[in-house]
Amino acid sequence: MNSPAARAAWHTIRFLGGRIGGLLATLLASSFVVFGALYLAPGSPMTFLTHGRSMTPDAIAQINQQYHFDEPFAMQYVRWLGGILQGDFGRSILYKDAVSSLLAQRIGTTVALVALSALLVAFVGLAIGIFSGLKPGFASNALMGMSTAAMAVPTFVAAVVLTLVLAVELGWFPVFGVGTDPIDMVYHLVLPAFALSLASIAFVARLSQAAIRQEISADHVQTAIGRGFPYGVVVRRHVLRNASLPVLTVLGLTLAGMISGTVVVEQVFQLNGVGSLLVSSVQQKDFPVVQAICLVYVAAFIILNTVIDLAYSILDPRVSVGGGKP
Amino acid sequence: MSALLEVDGLSVQLPVAGEFRTVLQDVSFSLEAGQTLGLVGESGSGKSMTVRSIARLLPPGARTTGSIRFDGASVLDLRGDALRKFRSRDVSMIFQDPRAHTNPVRKIGDFLTEAMRINGKVPPREAERRAVELLAEVGIHDGERRLKQFPHELSGGLLQRVMIAASLAVKPRLILADEPTTALDVTTQSEVMAILARLQREYGMAMLFITHDLELAAAVCDRTVVMYAGAMVEHQDSSRLHTDPLHPYSAALMQARPEIDRRVPRLPAIPGHPTSAFEAPDGCAFAPRCRFAEDACRAALPPLESMGDAAYSRCRRAAELRGHLLATAEHSGGLGDGAGVGDSAGLEEEVAR
Repeated sequence: MNSPAARAAWHTIRFLGGRIGGLLATLLASSFVVFGALYLAPGSPMTFLTHGRSMTPDAIAQINQQYHFDEPFAMQYVRWLGGILQGDFGRSILYKDAVSSLLAQRIGTTVALVALSALLVAFVGLAIGIFSGLKPGFASNALMGMSTAAMAVPTFVAAVVLTLVLAVELGWFPVFGVGTDPIDMVYHLVLPAFALSLASIAFVARLSQAAIRQEISADHVQTAIGRGFPYGVVVRRHVLRNASLPVLTVLGLTLAGMISGTVVVEQVFQLNGVGSLLVSSVQQKDFPVVQAICLVYVAAFIILNTVIDLAYSILDPRVSVGGGKP
Repeated sequence: MSALLEVDGLSVQLPVAGEFRTVLQDVSFSLEAGQTLGLVGESGSGKSMTVRSIARLLPPGARTTGSIRFDGASVLDLRGDALRKFRSRDVSMIFQDPRAHTNPVRKIGDFLTEAMRINGKVPPREAERRAVELLAEVGIHDGERRLKQFPHELSGGLLQRVMIAASLAVKPRLILADEPTTALDVTTQSEVMAILARLQREYGMAMLFITHDLELAAAVCDRTVVMYAGAMVEHQDSSRLHTDPLHPYSAALMQARPEIDRRVPRLPAIPGHPTSAFEAPDGCAFAPRCRFAEDACRAALPPLESMGDAAYSRCRRAAELRGHLLATAEHSGGLGDGAGVGDSAGLEEEVAR
């Protein structure tokens, strides 16, 4: 730790270690909440399983053998967590199948939906934001006005209206389903992804516009202009690079928000994904599935945030790695 | 001999809340190659606007009249490539606040080599080698290490030296220095100033130097322009400005500084507060604060008149008051040898009441 390079490496390791440690701690805490929530809900899990009917002691013993309701809460939690660490999320009550294989069948659709939505947000949202930021005028004001309106539209309204207009009336897109091959799947997912990302596109557009406007009037941009650089160089090297920092943070948060939005969109478009499975499982009180999906969503959310955090500290040198003053 | 920079009748109006406000009126001066001209005045007197007009860095929507000629070419008519060439090769600007004027997410090395790489098409390694040399010239000897640092890791003085090094990188013919030492502490100020003055001589660059500091202007500049409310009030040789000021404002500024070898109970201050060009009254803008003002001073803005020896003043009473302006308030009553001065002493008492 004598040379600056070694010290910098040590700072980086400590920084990464801290972030990953925090990630694991948050995951552990949320797993406890997810598991414990079942016991906070009215009625015991046993009642869910027996639908309130009285059971023979034999049947109850059989259920207990499978679900271990007779054990203390802490014991059950540890057993559940241990199973998850080995990839075993328990068995679905409704489907009589391993939860992990249920999830595996459906997660592809949800991941594809979120990925497509993220691409829409990144390309359409940033394109609108950058254009409006760099070219003030009527078009910019109109786009910002539309964005403000779009931000106010809830996902379920967007989904229904888009289906009615683009799928039912105009017939440009399929009304529901996920299609058969990958290309067909993308075609089927365009409308759901658009419904899911509409508010986020608008939000990212507004935010990047504001970030660019602010950065373009910064003093250091004056320096760059005063040095006689071409407009493109000034924009690329000094405006967009700096404006990307606040946008990145929000991009990450909206992406995380869209993960939870899949629940609504998958239901409306009848996509066979994790979100619609969650809705049906909640309705059917299939608690091992609900627990598993909640945990997966929370994990995705936390991991995404950690990744954004790390990316931010790479992009902005002022965010000190390791907390120490260099 | 034609001057490197000729500013003639420059006026600037800026749109503020829907109306145009005058920030500069009728500014004219010229600067020979290798010479230094100081621009002195209070905040809002139009010093920075003058320099920004020359670098063509005025805010969008600014209305400019008059002419600025650099090496014979009209700066205000430059467009596109010609403007970029002018900014990248001919002039270089050093800003007051180096921290705000460097991109916080780019390294010092990037800041120093950027102009060479983009405008001069210098290969990166060559540009980096040059950057280390430039840093050595401004007294930074651990250049290789500094190139890898970010602006927030450097002190203000160090960063201003980097700024100076960066502006030298392209070997401009004119340096526009907008209060380059104001944001620095006093000891750093003199260091940075010494470096800037030495390099300006070595490189043979002309310099337009903005400052509040009259001593500094006298030490660094060949000639000095004193500005008030967007207009030049005096323009003459820097050393003579101190011994023989030609405008009551310059004289009052001179008197408002402490002298190191004399003890005074209270420094004389200029009564009132500085005015911007757009809120200046008709007539002489300084009249409301001037102890020599007469009714005629408030009637019309006097022109900038030659007082001989390439000295100019915008005071209608300049010839009459010459030599008496530096007399302090206590002494001016006993001066008594000119009726005009006697009158003004009376007026000053009136103002005091």
